[in-house]
Amino acid sequence: MIEALRKKAEELLKNKTVDVVYGYGEGSVPERTRPVFITKPEDVNKLTWNKYCVYNLTTYLKKQEARKLGKPAIVVKGCDAKTITVLIKESQLKREDIYIIGVTCTGIGDPPATKCEACDVNTPLIYDELIGEKIENKEFSFDERYAELDEYEKLSEKEKWEFWQKQFEKCIKCYACSSICPLCFCDRCIVDKNQPQWIDPSAHPRGNLSWNVTRAYHLAGRCINCEECQRVCPADIPLNLLNKKLAKETEKNFKYRSGYNADDELAMATYKEDDSEEIFK
Amino acid sequence: MTEENKFEPRIVAFLCNWCTYAGADLAGTGRKEYQANVRVIKLPCTGGIDPLFLIKAFERGADGILVSGCHPGDCHYNSGNYHARRRWNVYKPLLEFCGINPDRIQFSWISAAEGAKWVETINGVVDTVRALGPFENYQKLNTIGSDTSVSSETG
Repeated sequence: MIEALRKKAEELLKNKTVDVVYGYGEGSVPERTRPVFITKPEDVNKLTWNKYCVYNLTTYLKKQEARKLGKPAIVVKGCDAKTITVLIKESQLKREDIYIIGVTCTGIGDPPATKCEACDVNTPLIYDELIGEKIENKEFSFDERYAELDEYEKLSEKEKWEFWQKQFEKCIKCYACSSICPLCFCDRCIVDKNQPQWIDPSAHPRGNLSWNVTRAYHLAGRCINCEECQRVCPADIPLNLLNKKLAKETEKNFKYRSGYNADDELAMATYKEDDSEEIFK
Repeated sequence: MTEENKFEPRIVAFLCNWCTYAGADLAGTGRKEYQANVRVIKLPCTGGIDPLFLIKAFERGADGILVSGCHPGDCHYNSGNYHARRRWNVYKPLLEFCGINPDRIQFSWISAAEGAKWVETINGVVDTVRALGPFENYQKLNTIGSDTSVSSETG
């Protein structure tokens, strides 16, 4: 699989189909990988693929430093590929401006990441070239997809508040969650705006709640569950629970799953006349 | 607790200019009485209400919030309330998931002709939130640490 990946990258660079390949390279220890940006065909041996390729490389599509390198080919797992569908849908990217090298994946991380438990995109849904044997994508029910939320939704109001306050009070407002997020692409984030100051910038419980709720909400109907925010959080806040909760509500209310079907209207950019009236008096 | 110190909830109501605000106005011109716990904030459209407004209101000491606009199909800007409805349909469960009582955030559609519905709705919100008591959980967040300027803002 690695050989096929390198060969494809070499071919793309030689033919000048792309200027750069975003991929995974070996890290300082075997259990780690790092993102690499290959611009010369002779460097393709730096590319690798294994279960430690956890990163969602599509986040570099929003970074000016990476964009300067020219037209990219990008190595994506099934989950990461969903990001590209959303970025195209949100007019952040043109399909022809990117070459997608999809890799089939049976789960990453050690121990395996939570997102891999109910993975239904072992084979990416969108790609130009597929590396690895095609895997039949599994199907999960609504309940199976959001099973992780059950134990938190069961809590009483008081327990929920206490649980989340305990989590949010750890937040140091480093904004790693939004820096890593491939879909947090605003040049000026709401937290950077101070006239008026909507979100307290200091790491104080008051601002921590508004930041974490707002960050999650701005991904409502958009998050593709790559879990990168949660992985990079230095305070170990289970941020993906919030994202997942919103994904669940979006699917329940609007039958929409982010990144699965390029033909679907973006959930939060459209409406239906018969949307749920339940909460309105 | 003496009668004078009885808890009176602070309710912030975000109303759209065209329907609910006019409805509340109608209640006034019709000399209908309702509980004076509500602070009305008039906005052009429910579609323009950022969810952060709600968080900010709680931060500044609100015990309950009402968001109200035109009935579906009646939006002055055609679709503002439809977009708003989508947002609240996911935002409310998110706040609930974080441990905020759903009765503290209420939504309604009240037209310019429904002065009576405004009276009934706002009284309902005030009574519900009064029964819930002050939103101490959130208000306590403000007082953590030595920053005292915050408490004077909320007072």
